[in-house]
Amino acid sequence: MRDEPARGLDEGALRALIPRVLAGLVRRGEDFDTAEDALQEALVEASRVWPEHPPRDPFAWLTTVSVRRLVDARRSEAARLRREETTYAQPRPGGTEAGDDTLFVLFCCCHPDLSAASQVALTLRAVGGLTTREIADAFYVPEATMAQRISRAKRSLRGRRLDQPGDLAVVLRVLYLVYTTGHTDRVDLATEAIRLTRQLTLATDEPEARGLLALMLLNHARLPARIAPDGSIVTLDRQDRSLWDVREIAEGVRVLQSTLAVRTDAAPPGRYQVEAAISALHDDAASAEETDWPQILAWYDDLVALHDDPVREHPAAVLGRAIAVGHVLGGAAGLRETDRVREVIGDRHRWHAVRGHLHELEGDLPAAASSYAEAARLATNVAERDHLVRQAARVRALDRSGSS
Amino acid sequence: MPKYLLLKHYSGGPEPHRPVPPMDQWAPEDVEAHMAFQWHVNDMLQKNGELVDAQALVPSRTWVRYGGPDAAPVTTDGPHPETSDLVAGWFMIDVESHDRALEVAAYVSSEPGPGGDPLYEWIDVREVMTLPPAED
Repeated sequence: MRDEPARGLDEGALRALIPRVLAGLVRRGEDFDTAEDALQEALVEASRVWPEHPPRDPFAWLTTVSVRRLVDARRSEAARLRREETTYAQPRPGGTEAGDDTLFVLFCCCHPDLSAASQVALTLRAVGGLTTREIADAFYVPEATMAQRISRAKRSLRGRRLDQPGDLAVVLRVLYLVYTTGHTDRVDLATEAIRLTRQLTLATDEPEARGLLALMLLNHARLPARIAPDGSIVTLDRQDRSLWDVREIAEGVRVLQSTLAVRTDAAPPGRYQVEAAISALHDDAASAEETDWPQILAWYDDLVALHDDPVREHPAAVLGRAIAVGHVLGGAAGLRETDRVREVIGDRHRWHAVRGHLHELEGDLPAAASSYAEAARLATNVAERDHLVRQAARVRALDRSGSS
Repeated sequence: MPKYLLLKHYSGGPEPHRPVPPMDQWAPEDVEAHMAFQWHVNDMLQKNGELVDAQALVPSRTWVRYGGPDAAPVTTDGPHPETSDLVAGWFMIDVESHDRALEVAAYVSSEPGPGGDPLYEWIDVREVMTLPPAED
């Protein structure tokens, strides 16, 4: 396994080459599995050789060495494969765009037959160029476990036709999952997801790809304000907005506007574009009080309307809409909206946390405290649990000081 | 060096030395002090080169057993958490001696509670068995 990027080429440039080399090998009929192994070995070789002898053409170098590894792996068929090796080393006829290669490998990694965990791991490795160790760290599992997960995923791709266009919706979902998985000290998955989605937008005109990129940028812009120095969560209404990344917001808005400009009544914006629009409205408010809740609610109406049965298909959207309803029509109205999804997500911490917020809006502090406490009991993330315990304690203190 | 698991509990164990209400009913500043102490213990163990792992567990639990051939696994929530041991989380440490493990556990137990006074929480200290045979 490769431990550090090969020197002689900066890491970003090297990682951008990985899907291109891999796509070339798979397009020529190699198994995804064996091709990826061969490429990993070539990368190890590169980290050894390049510091002394930097290659003139890193792409050709990696392709040639990967092919040599493939040949070594099948020495029994040496004669035939050696002939092919010379063919492989030739420049590729026509030469496709780098973006096409990325898309092609993304479709392989996000094959619908793979589990979500496998799709994510394989994408980070084969498209993102992260090492198995880095991916293992990002998901807090032992390296051996992640290595096993990746090789099982690759094995299940064996023998499948990978020349068909894949399902872009699955690719978008996987990239969003990579983004929301967040970041650890060593690997910033959010930034990685943004990088990959940006590459994807070069390869497809699908508005939802740009919608997803905009959504990530507009959310990511708030990250510096979202986590306090002690690691605790700062909610949107309490964030220091001067910490928001205005450059990222500007790019997100620009990307979003470019997709919304081409929409028609026949093709209304999809969920990522709508969620990006909601995020943009939050980013646009100079203070929490200036948030344009009526317009946010209108976008939530659109988001919910994308589904025949939003309660079951997208309960998070119904819950998000309940918050907007609470801000426009009052906490009680918002609470009634949360009742619609009680049966589906009433046992999740987020449902109780939203109700805590709505009770607080309504001024019912004891009910807010109970909801926050229940949410804390159900939380599965330490930072969120701690945040919810703090919310409960804060609201109870507020209630005591108000009634004394 | 031996490894020890220092277990914290939601419920169970010896009679509490100092019974306290759930943390969401504490004063906000006491909650802050308590949480800051947990991070401080993490940092300290890390800097000492003694930390192996620290994790927290969600309080809900499911017991499960093999249901038999061709049968679904059998699950139950009981016994009720109020009447049984319910682990809340752990520090796993790699230390010089059993005495050092007890020292760390006592320090963990000194975490601030309501009013900033120590919580005196009982910590369950368990030595981890080594895997390969011990050398002569």
